Amino acid sequence: MTSEATDLTAPELVLVDLRATDRVDATRQLAETLTVAGRVTDLEQFLADVAAREEQMATGIPGGIGLPHARSAAVTVPSLAIGRVVEGNGIDWGAPDGPANLVFLIAAPAEGEADHLQILAQLARKLVHVSFRQSLLEAPDADAVASTVLKEVYGR
Amino acid sequence: MKFVAITSCPTGIAHTYMAAEALEQAGRDLGHDVQVETQGSAGSAPFDPAVIAAADGVIFAADLEVRDKDRFAGLPSVDVGVKKAVADAQGVLNAAVAAVEAAPKGTPAVAAPALATKVTANAGVGTRVRQWLMTGVSYMIPFVAAGGIMIALAFLIGGYEINTVTAADLIESFDPLSSHDWAGLLFVLGGTAFGFLVPVLSGFIAFGVADRPGIAPGFVGGSIAVAVGAGFLGGLVAGFLGGFVALFLARLKVPNAVRGVMPVVVIPLVATFVTAGIMLVVLGHPLKWLMDELTAGLNSLSGSGIVLLGVILGLMMAADLGGPINKVAYTFATTGLATVATASGSPVELRVMAAVMAAGMTPPLGIALATFVRKNLFTDAERQNGKAAVLLGAFFITEGAIPFAAAAPLRIIPAAMIGSGLTGGLVMAFGNTLRAPHGGVVVLGLVGQPLLYLLAILIGSAVTAVAVIAFKGLHRKAPQTRTAAAQPATV
Repeated sequence: MTSEATDLTAPELVLVDLRATDRVDATRQLAETLTVAGRVTDLEQFLADVAAREEQMATGIPGGIGLPHARSAAVTVPSLAIGRVVEGNGIDWGAPDGPANLVFLIAAPAEGEADHLQILAQLARKLVHVSFRQSLLEAPDADAVASTVLKEVYGR
Repeated sequence: MKFVAITSCPTGIAHTYMAAEALEQAGRDLGHDVQVETQGSAGSAPFDPAVIAAADGVIFAADLEVRDKDRFAGLPSVDVGVKKAVADAQGVLNAAVAAVEAAPKGTPAVAAPALATKVTANAGVGTRVRQWLMTGVSYMIPFVAAGGIMIALAFLIGGYEINTVTAADLIESFDPLSSHDWAGLLFVLGGTAFGFLVPVLSGFIAFGVADRPGIAPGFVGGSIAVAVGAGFLGGLVAGFLGGFVALFLARLKVPNAVRGVMPVVVIPLVATFVTAGIMLVVLGHPLKWLMDELTAGLNSLSGSGIVLLGVILGLMMAADLGGPINKVAYTFATTGLATVATASGSPVELRVMAAVMAAGMTPPLGIALATFVRKNLFTDAERQNGKAAVLLGAFFITEGAIPFAAAAPLRIIPAAMIGSGLTGGLVMAFGNTLRAPHGGVVVLGLVGQPLLYLLAILIGSAVTAVAVIAFKGLHRKAPQTRTAAAQPATV
C-alpha cells in the first residue's frame, strides 16, 4: 500500500484550522487524515491505542503542544499528522502551562525496525525547539507546514 | 561538569528523544557537557564505558527500568520522570549539578571495566557479555536470598533430615504447633524458590540480549537446563541461546501482514521451541553420558589414594556449583553412605561424605570472605550478597556462590575449585567422617574430629578468598559505591 520510502508527513495530513471540542475529538480528526491516506488501516484500533497511551500519562508538554502518539498494529508506516488549532480555541492536553495550540499525532508501526523509527526520533528531537514550533505556527498553509517538517527532519 | 543521562518512555518514540534533545540543549545553555543514551524503540547505543568513567553525575529521566543501571553505580544521580526532563530540562540539570556538589568529596569516579582496555579489538563484545550476565544475575539474586535463607532456617530448626519433607506431606497435615512442620514448610518453600534460580538467570540473560522477546525462550530453556541436570552453566547456555534466537527472529525482515503477529506469537513460539528443544535433545544426552562416565570414574578411583579422591571430589563440588559435576560427586557420596548406614568405625564412605560436604561449603564462604577483606573489588550489591553467602555456605548451600560465579565464571569457578579441592584433600588426610547425607553447621555433631574438620573448611575458604581476590584484582577494579541504603541488593 505504502512504500518504505513514504515521507513522514504530507500536506493532506496537516489541518491548519483545527476546531475540536476536546483531545479525543482532535485526535480523531487527525487520525482520519491518516486513514484516508492509507497510513492507518483500522481507525478505531489506532484511536484505542492512542487513548491507551494518553491514559498512562497526558502527552501535553509546555509551550502549547499536544503530542498524542502510539505504536499500533493498525499503522503501516511511521506518520505524522499535524493540527494547528484555530486562535483562541486551545485544547487542554494536560500540560501544566495551559492548552495546546499545536497538536502532533505520531503514528508508529507496532514492529518497525529500528532504522525505520529513527526518523520519529529525529522528529521528536525537533519538537523540543521553540523556533521549530514557531515556524509551524507561522507557516501560511498546509503545504508550508508539511515542507517545513520534512526539511527539518530529513535535512533537505 | 560532565553528565550522562538515560531517557526512556512507555512507547519509546516521542518523549525519550524529546527529553534527550532538551537535556542536551540545556547542557549547551548552562555550559555543561551532557551525553544521552536514548533507551527508546529506535535502538539504543550503550555508552562507551569511557564516557561513563569521565562523567561527574548521571541523570535518569526514565519512565522504564534503566537498562544496566549498575554501570552508573557510584555516580551522584538525579532520578526524574521523562516528562520532567522535557518540560524543565534546565531545572533537572541544575538538580544534577546540586547532587554532584552534595556528593561526598573524593568519591572516585566509576572506573571503566579494565576488560575494555585490555582487549581493545573486541572490547564492545566483552562489556556487553558482562552486562548481559549481570542482568541475569541481578534478577536471580532475590531468589537465591529468599530460597537459600529459608532452606538454611529449615535445617537450623528441623535438622538435616528435614529434606525428606514434601509439599504433599504439608498439604496432608500441617500442625502449627510443630516446629518440624514449620521447618518442613520453610524447606519446601525455599526449595521452590531455588527452583527458579536457573530459569530466572537464563530468562533475564535472554532478556538482556533480546529484550522482551527473549523472556519466554530464556525461561523455558533454563527450566529445561534444570530438567536435564545442566545446572547454572546450562542456564547460562540457555540464556544466551534463547536471547540470540529471539534476536535473530526479531530482526528477520517479514512481510507486513505477518509483522503484527511476530512479537506475540511467532517469536515466542519458534524461539522457545528451538531453544528448549536444543537444550533437551542436543545437551541432554551428552550430559547424561558425562555424568555416567564421571560416576564410573569415581567408582574406579575408590581403591586408589584416598587423599587424591578427596581432592577430586572437592574440585567437582565447586566445578559447577550445583550443576551436573557437583551432583555426581554429591550423589556418589550419599549413595556410598547408604551402603554403610549401619556400619561402625570409619569406613571410607563416611570419609567421602565428609569431604564432599566440606568442599561444598567453602565456595560461598570463601567468596564471602573475599568481599569482606577486599571491599573495593566488589560492587555494593556484591558485598550485600556476600553476607547472605556466609549463611548459605554455613548450611552447605553451595548455590550461594552462583551469583558471583554467573557474573564472572572464568574467575570465580577456578578460585572456588582450588579451595574446595584443598579442603576435600585435607578432610581425607585428617580422617574426618560424616554420617549425615547433608551438610552445614547442623551436622557438626555427627562429624568425626569436628575441630580438624572446621580447620579444613577454614583453610579452603581462605584459599578461595585469596584466589578470588587475585583473579578479580587482575581483571578490574570495581567501583567504590555509595551507601548500602542508596542501592539495594540488586546489581
